[in-house]
Amino acid sequence: MRPLREYVRSFLLVELLQGLRVTGRHLFKRSVTLEFPEEVAPKSPRFRGLHALRRYPNGEERCIACKLCEAVCPALAITIDSHQRADGTRRTTRYEIDLFKCIYCGFCEESCPVDSIVETRIDWHLMESREQRVIGKERLLEIGDQYEAQIAADRAADAPYR
Amino acid sequence: MFETFETLFWIFAKIWAVLIPLFLAVAYFTYMERRVIGHMQDRRGPNRVGYKGLLQPFADALKLLFKEISVPTHANRVLFLLAPALSIGPAVAVWAVIPFADGWVVADINAGLLYILAMTSLGVYGIIVAGWASNSKYALLGTLRASAQVVSYEIAMGFALVGVLMAAGTMNLSGIVEAQAGPFWNWFWLPLLPLFLVYWVSGVAETNRAPFDVAEGESEIVAGFHVEYSGMAFAVFFLAEYANMILICVIAAVMFLGGWYSPFHGVPVLGPALDWVPGIVWLLLKAGFFAFCYLWFRATFPRYRYDQIMRLGWKVLIPVTVVWLVVLTVLIYAGVGPWF
Repeated sequence: MRPLREYVRSFLLVELLQGLRVTGRHLFKRSVTLEFPEEVAPKSPRFRGLHALRRYPNGEERCIACKLCEAVCPALAITIDSHQRADGTRRTTRYEIDLFKCIYCGFCEESCPVDSIVETRIDWHLMESREQRVIGKERLLEIGDQYEAQIAADRAADAPYR
Repeated sequence: MFETFETLFWIFAKIWAVLIPLFLAVAYFTYMERRVIGHMQDRRGPNRVGYKGLLQPFADALKLLFKEISVPTHANRVLFLLAPALSIGPAVAVWAVIPFADGWVVADINAGLLYILAMTSLGVYGIIVAGWASNSKYALLGTLRASAQVVSYEIAMGFALVGVLMAAGTMNLSGIVEAQAGPFWNWFWLPLLPLFLVYWVSGVAETNRAPFDVAEGESEIVAGFHVEYSGMAFAVFFLAEYANMILICVIAAVMFLGGWYSPFHGVPVLGPALDWVPGIVWLLLKAGFFAFCYLWFRATFPRYRYDQIMRLGWKVLIPVTVVWLVVLTVLIYAGVGPWF
């Protein structure tokens, strides 16, 4: 009996019509595509994008050149040189991140005792030559200054879980 | 002298009056394909060029125009460049006998149906020549598949159309439409339902479209017979393929869905109420439905294996048509329903 039923079903195109019903329904569903430059997907406050160095509200840079980030970095992307400043504090003379080596794991941010190095929400940035893959201290501080409000808000939102 | 010139002028005018809308239809059919399939897959499809992407087909055509037509080494140059012409020629020539509305035919010949079958068969030569002249194994394999498939399904399609012929008693396409005069239950799709389905399935297979697109099979043989073609030569194949698809849709509407008749033709109240709609609108609506089905199938069905295609064509569709032709003979002798 079963083979006969299958035979009749195949002639009545039952399964084909079921398939057509599925695609027919999806025709009227909202499409999930985002129109990228105009629309962007929402991001988590924990998003790990391009790096930045932060400053204290009085304008002093946070980084004390403890080199914990350099030590923890699994990709060896961070290079730090330091010196003693005239006021006796230790500061970096060089703070470079090689963005080709970086795997955006966020360990540098987690290891930082003064919340200086952070990863921001900037997830698309471009380089016009290979040399630009290494970003230095000035650029990192610049990014930090530009996005400080966003960075601070993201840290505050995530603070209860840390 | 002047009169011959005048006749020639009118013939040309009629031909272009068919061809220009046809090429536009092809252009927007490709656009519709990408949009409809996009939305069926929860995407958007092209929407950047012009309002809602409406200029996309022209952008594509321009791009292809500016591309180089490269001829592979050791390819047969003459045949290689002849093949696109061989495939677009018949695809365009068939349109001569299609009645778009009452009396709107370029050539109202009495064996129109035979002419259509002959022309669609000739289209295979374009494919064979293209694959052979390319000097590429992918093209050759694609050609073997495509031509075998087209030839096999032509038989099932021909048999299905024989049913129409028996029912209408004429080979003239306008005559076939007139034999279906009346509301939608008078049309041939109802008494010829199995033949209608067989025709539609073989029509899809005949044009090498999903789910019967092994001839393209991008996962196995790249793009089939036209892998080696680029630029305008490729565009011509593309044009021929889509012109053939639209042709299959229009023939389906003419043969089984009463051509230019409104679905309520001759019904007391609704019939006169819809009389103001020109016949061509009904024909295009019906053909448009089939065109949409083409895209719908492509978005839905996975590709058949090659031997499954052959099995379906030879061992299912052809027997079904033969059986139904016998049933049809009985129906006609008994003079059943409003049809015979």
